[in-house]
Amino acid sequence: MAAYIAKRLIAAIPVLFGLTIIVFLIMAMIPGDPATAILGSYATPENVARLNRDLGLDRSLPEQYFIWLGNLFQGDLGRSYTLNRPVLDEVLERFSATLILAGTSLILCSIFGLLAGIASAVRQYGWTDKIVTLLVLIGISTPSFWLGLLLILGFAVNLRLFPASGMYAIYGGGDLLDLLHHLALPALTLSVVATGVIARLTRTAMLEVLRQDYVRTARAKGLTESRVIFRHAFKSALVSVIPVIGIQAGFVIGGAVYIETVFQWPGIGSMLVKAISTRDLLLVQGGVLVVAAAYVLFNLVADVVQTLLDPRLR
Amino acid sequence: MRKWLTAAIATALMALALAPAAVAQTPPNVLVVGQIAEPKSLDPQAVTAVNDFRILVNLYDGLVRYKDGTLEVEPSLAESWTISEDGKTYTFKLREGVKFHDGTPFNAEAVKFNFDRMLKEDHPFADTGPFPLAFFFSAVEEVTAVDPTTVEFKLDAPYAPFLSNLAYPTGLIVSPAAVEKYGKDFGRNPSGTGAYKFAEWEPNAKMVATRNEDYWDGAPELEAVIFRPITDANTRIAEMLSGGLDIMVEVPPDSLQQFKSSSDFTVREQAGPHLWFLILNTKEAPFSSKAARQAANYAINKTALVDNILQGTADVAAGPTPPAFAWAYDETLEPYPYDPEKAKELLKEAGYDGEDVTFYVTEGGSGMLDPVAMGTAIQADLQAVGMNAKIETYEWNTFLGNVNPGLEGKADMAEMAWMTNDPDTLPFLALRTDAFPDKGGFNSGYYSNPKVDDLLEKARQVTDQSERAALYKEMQKIVQEDAPWVFVANWKQNAVTAATVADFKLQPSFFLMLQDVKKP
Repeated sequence: MAAYIAKRLIAAIPVLFGLTIIVFLIMAMIPGDPATAILGSYATPENVARLNRDLGLDRSLPEQYFIWLGNLFQGDLGRSYTLNRPVLDEVLERFSATLILAGTSLILCSIFGLLAGIASAVRQYGWTDKIVTLLVLIGISTPSFWLGLLLILGFAVNLRLFPASGMYAIYGGGDLLDLLHHLALPALTLSVVATGVIARLTRTAMLEVLRQDYVRTARAKGLTESRVIFRHAFKSALVSVIPVIGIQAGFVIGGAVYIETVFQWPGIGSMLVKAISTRDLLLVQGGVLVVAAAYVLFNLVADVVQTLLDPRLR
Repeated sequence: MRKWLTAAIATALMALALAPAAVAQTPPNVLVVGQIAEPKSLDPQAVTAVNDFRILVNLYDGLVRYKDGTLEVEPSLAESWTISEDGKTYTFKLREGVKFHDGTPFNAEAVKFNFDRMLKEDHPFADTGPFPLAFFFSAVEEVTAVDPTTVEFKLDAPYAPFLSNLAYPTGLIVSPAAVEKYGKDFGRNPSGTGAYKFAEWEPNAKMVATRNEDYWDGAPELEAVIFRPITDANTRIAEMLSGGLDIMVEVPPDSLQQFKSSSDFTVREQAGPHLWFLILNTKEAPFSSKAARQAANYAINKTALVDNILQGTADVAAGPTPPAFAWAYDETLEPYPYDPEKAKELLKEAGYDGEDVTFYVTEGGSGMLDPVAMGTAIQADLQAVGMNAKIETYEWNTFLGNVNPGLEGKADMAEMAWMTNDPDTLPFLALRTDAFPDKGGFNSGYYSNPKVDDLLEKARQVTDQSERAALYKEMQKIVQEDAPWVFVANWKQNAVTAATVADFKLQPSFFLMLQDVKKP
């Protein structure tokens, strides 16, 4: 197992390395440059040239890339032009905020997705199944940024039960309760689509398993229905659902871009959007690198968990 | 199975109940301001965005500042000044007994340090930049601390906008001791002489400034001001409606009505030194002809643009100088009326035979208001007089990269907007022959009129305000007649305040002065 994990981690290195080159090239290819973005209306060729020199952007592209790479090996991701602070500080702070949001959403969508999937499989073609399928369909088709705005309108503006934006209260607060209070609406919004996907797949997987002979045997043995479903059927259905949850983890982090913008959650998605529009190359590089590394890691974790659950894969 | 579902629902409900019953209102005597973005830095010399200026003017003072409600300068850290006969030496008498927030004294040496840091590449703290707007002071040759309360600026040529540039945030004075202490991180540990002291900056969440008890111009009443960055306009509105903000700036036109009709909020508007215009390519047909350029000015229904698309958040522009520069603005100037018939006649006179014109439109950008909708409406107006404009839309940075080098061979017209601090800036950088793109200026449409060049040069050299005003007024008449641009709109900035906020006023400079604001 350890050897397998090590092999997967080593295989991820060239992927990440290639990714940094691609990001660097794309950022170099898109028109506009940080100096123009900073100077705006005042971007005369003279001012742009002077600022580029001050920012170290007058060097050749390969030179810039290798300087970046060299610094990376020393744990230095450079300094953001637009934020005037070390990229590493910003990226880690932002990424932990995204992890809190995406992690909570992932837990929510796993719980609700699995439960909904099981419920509709057990009552196939019954009312529960029909209602759950309808809800799942609505969930999958709802644009999450729109849902987010509706929730803000309902729960923050009208009912004033939850804050409209941010991660902590602006004065006081700062504890876990405060965080959960701020987390409720964005995490719920972010989990809706993934809940639908997981529910549908759980339903399919469960239906497959429930038809198996050993389930009939278990029932024939006189086990209670809940024991049959959760102990026997669900455990093997989970094996095919786990990789989907792993993929959803990636989607949830991707989807966080919108949700972070709508709820002003200080995560890495909204940071990247801003960094790209201001051509903040180093910030984009640092952010993409961390997100990609997390993606690789999540898929690895999903694979490992699957292997642990399914003896056939060992 | 049922039990499981019941348990899950109960857990979810408990999670909701966990939350405190109601969201707290903002506390008394603390003002929460909704900003449109995270500040880049709190080093006034390192930033370029109005969003940052709104904070900085409350933390720092300059030698001079804009008089309340105007764009005219008045004393601030300098009590008085004299200008030499040749207009090249400015001597400032400084206010005595003023201290920076870090306790070090404000004096002539501190002023010299500020300008040397920005302008001299060999200054020991030049590496705390870059200073993108340092060229505002590029005329400064030498700054001398004559004695602790006297500082002298030597310019390489007479430069009348110098005083209003000093009133701009790039001229705010920072504490040299704090720069020495924090180096490159000064922008996150700012120290000035302003009405509020920097207290805390939690990235992407809030920036807190507290009352400066020793403020030389009278300590403010508010205990603290909290600036919150909320980038999404809809979220900002929701936060304002739910009571999480006391002041919100840049309200989108669509939402203004909602706030206006509620007694919980006050909407304020103030015209600023902003101009939204179309650059016309005067080098190539059809706009090489003055008649065709005037035709475009007649053809476009500016009142409809301002009323329908911008929903009253702007006024119709008459010429190249915004009315906010009251002292330099020619009040007799009337905007080109909407007159499609006259436009058709003029196009005929220009010999225009219906060839397509290329129209650069941007998706967004600072001061560009609603550029796509405005571009489309303009296209329709031109179509109505027989001119077929083909729109090419670009993202803002790409757009600037296309427009700034000049329109020749690429486009016939382009949208543009400027916000400036002196009536000199925009025409000097964008209407002179010496400001053609290949000479490092912004005259992307290649307008050239020796008379205008002459007036603008002269206006820089005379230091008497009424003499300068006369020159600018003459320039405006000529430029309006020559029509190198289509003059469209002057933006009114707006802000919404909670009903509890008193004595708040928007300034034509677009800065957010909070010294006198009260919120019991």
